[in-house]
Amino acid sequence: FDQEKKIKNRESFSFWIPSQSNVCCPFKLTLSSLIVARVEHLSPPAKMKIMVAVKRVIDYAVKIRVKPDKSGVETQNVKMSMNPFCEIALEEALRIKEAGLASEVVAVTIGPKQSIDTLRTGLAMGADRGIHVEATGDLFPLAVAKLFKALVEIEKPGLIILGKQAIDNDCNQTGQMVAGLLGWPQGTFASKVVLDKEKQEVMVDREVDGGLETVCLNLPAVITTDLRLNQPRYATLPNIMKAKSKPVKKYTPEELNVGTKSDLEVVEITEPPKRKAGVLVSSVDELIDKLRNEAHVI
Amino acid sequence: MAIVRALRVPLRLRPRFSSLSSIAGSISTLVIGEHEGGAVKAPTLSAVEAAKYLGEGNSVSVLLAGTGSSLQDAAEHAASCHPSISQVIVADSDHFVHHLAEPWARLVQLVQQREGYSHIVTVSNSFGKNVLPRAAALLDVSPITDVVSISGPNQFVRPIYAGNALSTVRYTGNSPCLLSVRSTSFPEPTVAADFRAEKAPISQDSIRKSRYVKLTSQETERPDLGNAKVVVTGGRALKSAENFKMIEKLAEKLGAAVGATRAAVDAGFVPNDLQVGQTGKIVAPELYLAFGVSGAIQHVAGMRDSKVIVAVNKDSDAPIFKVADYGLVGDLFEVIPELLEKLPEK
Repeated sequence: FDQEKKIKNRESFSFWIPSQSNVCCPFKLTLSSLIVARVEHLSPPAKMKIMVAVKRVIDYAVKIRVKPDKSGVETQNVKMSMNPFCEIALEEALRIKEAGLASEVVAVTIGPKQSIDTLRTGLAMGADRGIHVEATGDLFPLAVAKLFKALVEIEKPGLIILGKQAIDNDCNQTGQMVAGLLGWPQGTFASKVVLDKEKQEVMVDREVDGGLETVCLNLPAVITTDLRLNQPRYATLPNIMKAKSKPVKKYTPEELNVGTKSDLEVVEITEPPKRKAGVLVSSVDELIDKLRNEAHVI
Repeated sequence: MAIVRALRVPLRLRPRFSSLSSIAGSISTLVIGEHEGGAVKAPTLSAVEAAKYLGEGNSVSVLLAGTGSSLQDAAEHAASCHPSISQVIVADSDHFVHHLAEPWARLVQLVQQREGYSHIVTVSNSFGKNVLPRAAALLDVSPITDVVSISGPNQFVRPIYAGNALSTVRYTGNSPCLLSVRSTSFPEPTVAADFRAEKAPISQDSIRKSRYVKLTSQETERPDLGNAKVVVTGGRALKSAENFKMIEKLAEKLGAAVGATRAAVDAGFVPNDLQVGQTGKIVAPELYLAFGVSGAIQHVAGMRDSKVIVAVNKDSDAPIFKVADYGLVGDLFEVIPELLEKLPEK
């Protein structure tokens, strides 16, 4: 098993070992059976950095078209925007910073050259710095998560916020994978985030199938945002001007030592089966009649 | 005959990797299961059903975690609830009472490293979405999520762009292949099977950096939105939570579940777990009735696979009419009371 050394204060260490109560065949955990001991470096709370992922996607209002050769979705001359969930993620990070609980918000984008536009939007919204990992070709979430992990090891944020899914591939994987690779706790589909800097914890309300689940995570942690977490701000013109001079650091996957060769291959992109055209009925009586005698659903 | 086994995990873990092509013909699947009240939940059976499509002779094991007698009862139920299930693995520890992602992903990793399945399957509900990608990262493989069609051990179809396109992907990586499936695409069968199960309790430890605090949910007698045969959905045009009661009355008359658009949830008419859409619940009932719903791309994504779609909206240009089988241009505040009057009791 992994073991974590949690540094409670600078002078002493405390070992935290999972409890073995209520189990029927208890393992005997001794120091000699530890496989990996990992030291976690906790930044002093006053300087907590938040890293936010932002992705450039086809705008949510665009009606997409599948290319006739089935190789993908048409993106030429199509409006591109920041993924709506990423806007919410960035907004939350900015609010946490404005509340005095973080010192810096770093926006990160991983994608081709044009992704810089999305990063600049993020800087215009209020992020302090940007990082652009320039990578072309189909990048699947595992590669993105590994690139993110490499950046985390450089930047050492105390909190990572991502959108729960990108509205292009609708994967809903990257945040969870980043958390898994880092061994950090995750609060996914967040509709409310409350940071407790003193306790180094964050309470997250999550939108789940059965309602709202509240979890409490030790920092550092990964949060993915759901729709109702906040209403993102618009970038004001003065901020758009200021953003031009905010620093953006560029990396390539090679510089970060991350291989992007994927274990997934897209075979083809097709349109979903079309529904048969419907009819307009002119009264409730006609509707009930059709549902009963034609569609046989009531 | 299904066997329920204790999981004994060695402290020194020997990871086993083999390429999928070399194990063609020896497909074995681990289904990440959920249980409640001493029985396996319906979504788990969808995942078991989906596993059939991975290949011939697929032996399916179901992994259940939790604690106490309800876990043991669920294991008994799992052993007999589907003919494809040949084994039930039980992880008994209070770390799993609330099904947090961190201990669960670690459990899946340990079980995989011990047992070496070719595939790991779960359903893409909020539990599966939370756990599977984290487990995939621990196993260093790319998962394929929200699968709607399986055409063999390594080729899958999943929706993208809110279901406006379908992506066929091939998995070319090492074992295991991890996937989550849409339960609406793999409806669980009604089967009765024979079983004899031996059980042994097991222990499983996990690092805990997160803790469960509470769940806020609404008490309701309405059927579950995810697998109801009829769904009645209201949009922002209902104007208030009070008016939404009309939707509930109609749902009751039809024995239906209640759904809502994002706008209605954002406005506070109903709680979040009723949201149907690209990022809410995906439903595919026999009959879907949408009242005061404009039919935005993101909402349609959640209900386009319904067998029959009915739309009632004052605006004849509303996009919902493009996807509806039967459309009625009218005022829902008149139509719903008329329906309540004229529909037979369920």
